[in-house]
Amino acid sequence: MNDMSTIERGAKLSETKVSARGVNVHYGDTHAIKDVNVDISNNNVTAFIGPSGCGKSTFLRCLNRMNDTIDICRVDGAIQLDGQDIYDKRVDPVQLRARVGMVFQKPNPFPKSIYDNVAYGPKIHGLAKSKSDMDDIVERALRRGAIWDEVKDRLHSTGTGLSGGQQQRLCIARAVATEPEVLLMDEPCSALDPIATAQVEELIDELRENFTVVIVTHSMQQAARVSQKTAFFHLGELVEFGETGQIFTKPEDPRTESYITGRIG
Amino acid sequence: MTDIANVPGGPQRASTTDLVAASLKRRHRKQQRLQWIGMGAISIAFLMLFILVSSLVSTGWQAFTQTHVTFDVYVDPEEIPEDRLPRGGFDDALAASLGKMLPGVDMSDRKTARAVEGILSNGAQFELRDRVVADPGLIGRTIQMTVPVSDPFDQLNKGLIARDTPEENRRVTNTEIQWFDDLQDAGAISKPFNWALFTNADSRFPELAGLKGALVGSFWALLTCFLIAFPLGIGSAIYLEEFAPKNKLSDFIEVNINNLAAVPSVVFGLLALAVFIGWFGLPRSAPFVGGLTLALMTMPTIIIATRAALKAVPPSIREAALGLGASKQQVVFQHVLPLAMPGVLTGTIIGLAQALGETAPLLLIGMNAFITSAASSPFDSATALPTQIFIWADSPERGFVSRTSAAILVLLGFLVMMNMVAIYLRQKFERKW
Ligand SMILES: Nc1ncnc2c1ncn2[C@@H]1O[C@H](COP(=O)(O)OP(=O)(O)O)[C@@H](O)[C@H]1O
Ligand SMILES: [Mg+2]
Repeated sequence: MNDMSTIERGAKLSETKVSARGVNVHYGDTHAIKDVNVDISNNNVTAFIGPSGCGKSTFLRCLNRMNDTIDICRVDGAIQLDGQDIYDKRVDPVQLRARVGMVFQKPNPFPKSIYDNVAYGPKIHGLAKSKSDMDDIVERALRRGAIWDEVKDRLHSTGTGLSGGQQQRLCIARAVATEPEVLLMDEPCSALDPIATAQVEELIDELRENFTVVIVTHSMQQAARVSQKTAFFHLGELVEFGETGQIFTKPEDPRTESYITGRIG
Repeated sequence: MTDIANVPGGPQRASTTDLVAASLKRRHRKQQRLQWIGMGAISIAFLMLFILVSSLVSTGWQAFTQTHVTFDVYVDPEEIPEDRLPRGGFDDALAASLGKMLPGVDMSDRKTARAVEGILSNGAQFELRDRVVADPGLIGRTIQMTVPVSDPFDQLNKGLIARDTPEENRRVTNTEIQWFDDLQDAGAISKPFNWALFTNADSRFPELAGLKGALVGSFWALLTCFLIAFPLGIGSAIYLEEFAPKNKLSDFIEVNINNLAAVPSVVFGLLALAVFIGWFGLPRSAPFVGGLTLALMTMPTIIIATRAALKAVPPSIREAALGLGASKQQVVFQHVLPLAMPGVLTGTIIGLAQALGETAPLLLIGMNAFITSAASSPFDSATALPTQIFIWADSPERGFVSRTSAAILVLLGFLVMMNMVAIYLRQKFERKW
């Protein structure tokens, strides 16, 4: 896949799913995110790139309020999901996380069976009415995670016994099993070999059909391959946000250009 | 790249390789020394353990057998009339029958008769009584009985009384030795496994004394301790580790719990005496109160072990569950706690093992009373294994010396068993993530 096709693919013209306005995040005295505004559109893959420590993960974790679990973390500003403020007092973070799923950097399957891993989310949210319902949900999720064929004969063996790439696809299947609207992925391929990475990237492209995907990556090639929109973070600031093709070919900010050409980071 | 050693005007230096080699020798020597010290320490520890166990075994093994005498007993209707049951002259009937086994003994002499009776354990008459009461048809018949001999003869049989000591310094007279040898020659003496050690409660007579009362008392006390300390300990650990806000107050509580684990056990005993017995009016010597006291001591251990086990569960598991929309409580009870459980159980078992061996607090609440029947509920008076050892170690009768060692061996056996369960749990549930 070359850059030309990336540009051609372009971003779908679609409405905004998540919008962030004036977001600031502090860890105690550390100012990790500085006044970030961004609109993430529906059924697109949005990539966050930038040197490590620039706040990509921090910002991503604001979108499903995972930062709530860190005592010293303080989030200010407004983040809206479908026009509703997710930091509103009436919003239950537990319910929010059912709508905004997450895949982590290191594959983290539960030390349970493959089946139980995938069934856990639907079970706690009461998505299945019967055992056969649940079987269907698990199968559909594993198919979407592009791992069904590899595990269909050993659904009841433990998820931690899979290879790294399989584990990560299992985690993706687990995340999509709850039918979230937005899927957040924090460097999902950083622990994977090139073949597994290619499989996961292909998967992300397919997931775009049904989900709004936000992916953090430190690989610019990966951002170029999978995303329609790219946001470049630097030292806690959102430096540039735009169509992936434009960011990689005609960056407006000199910092973006230096990063892309390998001079920062 | 410049070669530092060849910088012009630089000091003459040995090459890096030589320097490394020299320091390497020193480092190897240091490591060797450390290894020797470590091995020395382990050897000393093992030697001590060996000395302890072998001294216990060498004195204690005798208590695992008990000398018995087998003879025909004529259930004399004169001594044991049916209408007076369950009373009667059971001891006299036994003595008369045993006297017949001994050639040239004049049983009409009261002193001699008393001495012959002294061969038998005091418990023999009760055994006969129970048999006759159960079946009065035995009166007037001759039955064969195997009963324990009294402590001095047991000691004699086990070679613990030297025959060559002068008679006046010996606990058995020359005549008594002669009688015993006659019985032995007649094949009446046997030395079977001492089941009474486990099936009898305490007794003033060493040959009748057993650990049943202490085992039952320890069981009730540990059960109470477990039922109280386990849920409370796990509950507080979960709250402190997972839910409590981290602030000055929680720091203060943490420091205090750690200190509590280091408080000498006798202090807990005093506390229990004042609070449970003094204020609440709970009975003295009761295993329930013992269990409460032990729970106070075990709880900090369980809390600390549980918190360590909870902390050891990787954050990635919590994040995975939270990210799926599990509530905090679901994360803790469906993921973290199950993964922490082996550590929790290991800590609990080690805490209970400590509690099993704890003596001082039980002495203070009166669990060292002399009680000749096993407790049937945690509120009855009882002893516990360590306090029973304490009582026996204090008893003057020679027979209690080996019984003390035997009781210690039994206690150690339980401790080893509990620790093995802990090790088994730890290995079976090795971390799976
Ligand atoms: N849990 C935390 N506690 C304190 N500081 C944190 C924490 N997580 C991240 N930070 C700080 O926030 C900044 C951004 O981190 P992060 O979002 O992880 O960067 P990135 O994902 O882009 O590499 C860094 O300076 C990091 O040190
Ligand atoms: Mg990161």
